Amino acid sequence: MSAVTPVGLRFDHVSHGYDIGGALLPVLEDVSLDIAPGEFVALLGPSGCGKSTLLRLAAGLELPRAGEALAGGVPITGPGPERILVFQEATLFPWRTVRRNVEAGPEARGELAAKQARVDEALRLVGLEAFGAAFPHQLSGGMAQRAAIARALVNDPRLLLLDEPLGKLDSLTRLNLQKDLIRLWQDRGFTALLVTHDVEEALLLADRVVLFSPRPARIIEELRVDRPHPRRRDDPVLIALRTRLLASLGVLEDV
Amino acid sequence: MSDLPESGRGVYASATRLPLPIWRDGLLAALAWGSVSVATLILPDVIQWGATGTFAALTGTVAAIFLALAFTVPPGQRSTLRHYGPWFIVLGLWLLLWEVITAKLGWLPKPFFSPPQGLLHVYMTDWDRLLICIAYTGRLWGLGFFIGISAGFLAGVGLGWSKRFAYWGMPVLKLIGPVPASAWIPCAFFIFPSTFQASVFLVALASGIPVAILTASGISQVNRAFYDVARTLGASNRWQVTKIAIPAALPNVFVGLFMGLYYSFAVLVVAEMLGAKFGLGWYLQFNTAYSAYANVYAALIVMALICAGLVKLLFLIRDRMLGWQKGIL
Repeated sequence: MSAVTPVGLRFDHVSHGYDIGGALLPVLEDVSLDIAPGEFVALLGPSGCGKSTLLRLAAGLELPRAGEALAGGVPITGPGPERILVFQEATLFPWRTVRRNVEAGPEARGELAAKQARVDEALRLVGLEAFGAAFPHQLSGGMAQRAAIARALVNDPRLLLLDEPLGKLDSLTRLNLQKDLIRLWQDRGFTALLVTHDVEEALLLADRVVLFSPRPARIIEELRVDRPHPRRRDDPVLIALRTRLLASLGVLEDV
Repeated sequence: MSDLPESGRGVYASATRLPLPIWRDGLLAALAWGSVSVATLILPDVIQWGATGTFAALTGTVAAIFLALAFTVPPGQRSTLRHYGPWFIVLGLWLLLWEVITAKLGWLPKPFFSPPQGLLHVYMTDWDRLLICIAYTGRLWGLGFFIGISAGFLAGVGLGWSKRFAYWGMPVLKLIGPVPASAWIPCAFFIFPSTFQASVFLVALASGIPVAILTASGISQVNRAFYDVARTLGASNRWQVTKIAIPAALPNVFVGLFMGLYYSFAVLVVAEMLGAKFGLGWYLQFNTAYSAYANVYAALIVMALICAGLVKLLFLIRDRMLGWQKGIL
């Protein structure tokens, strides 16, 4: 697979909220964020603060109540395969085998016949080439999430939106998948936007970490992580950044 | 090391040369069926019953087959036979009891209880009429059930998917759904131009309503995240219905199909008893009127086999289509 042309993403004074029993619950408040093509940005903040909503806006699953979300300078009006969301749950279609799950995108767009080799390649990229015939309930959590990533990658997304994709995995699987995500991002060249609770994960993966306040979410801090990959957890620069982020989140360091 | 497999094969070879172990249940089944045959032949009948000689010959043949099987079938190839061994014995004993207390002792009141050879006599002499009745019933059931489940499925998909369709359709379904299909019989027979069409309608109604209700609830329960995934993958509405909503709702659809199948049998027989000129329901009704109870039992056995066969078939289809579910695989 050749690398894709990444797309930049811009949130321009975006506010959003949900109608809950007639009352508007504000979720995002005046968020402006610029993400360069090919950049890996992590969104960090307390849970339930509205980071996931930002991803749904970027995916086009919802439209903002105020402000604008733009991909490559064009306002986002709906979902499309160049911006794909990977959820915290793998949400594989349980009635389809792993391979048929990966085929879902090309099939839905009527491109399946031309994309068979791509499907093989996507399965190989995530190390599931031997599990094409397995059904989702036969996979472990990590394998299911790999299959979900393959299902996204086969569409050659220019922007990959990751909504805590590793949040429910055990710590060893998590470490492996973190390495895989970096490798895929370097190989494929897409823009990546990752929502996470995990400060360490954000620092290990991202070029830039954006810190959000509790709901309604506002950006309270942004910091650059100028360290080459592969990064080490015990890198003193990362440890210093970690201390700073934890302080900004209001968490005591010696927890 | 290299001669170990050699000696292993030697052990097997000598084992197969030993005389075959006897299948004990087969032997007992042969004994039970054989005693049915002997009792039928030598004990005197209280009155003349149809096919006594044929019944004795038939049970005797079955006994001979069990006897042969007990000595010839190698142990590895009779796991299914072995599993049903106790059943074969009990069936033989049941026939023996049935034969003795009806034909030989006459303990049970006469027109209502028939010995096994009475039923055999019905199959031998009335098989052509039974076959015609099966065909008529099959036509009515087939038309009614398939029209019913198709309409029910389409209505269910519409109700589950479209809010507007559900707004108008759901109250109607909730009102009509609980009414037993047989309650429609009086109106159905004058609304429809022929009794056959009325019967098809009743069977379709009975089978369609549970399918519609369960398909609708299955589709409305589909995990919303599946649609989000499909939309980001670039799927059209139509793809979301056919490739997400319907397969995700299929386990519920099958529950509806099973309910519809049982309801369809119930209504089928009632409808045939009321207006039909042929069919198994009519056959039961007609022969009861003539006190031909052997024919009634014979038809009941046929119906039991057909209905159980259809249920089994639906199970096979379900297991094939829902193999992806946990626990069924």
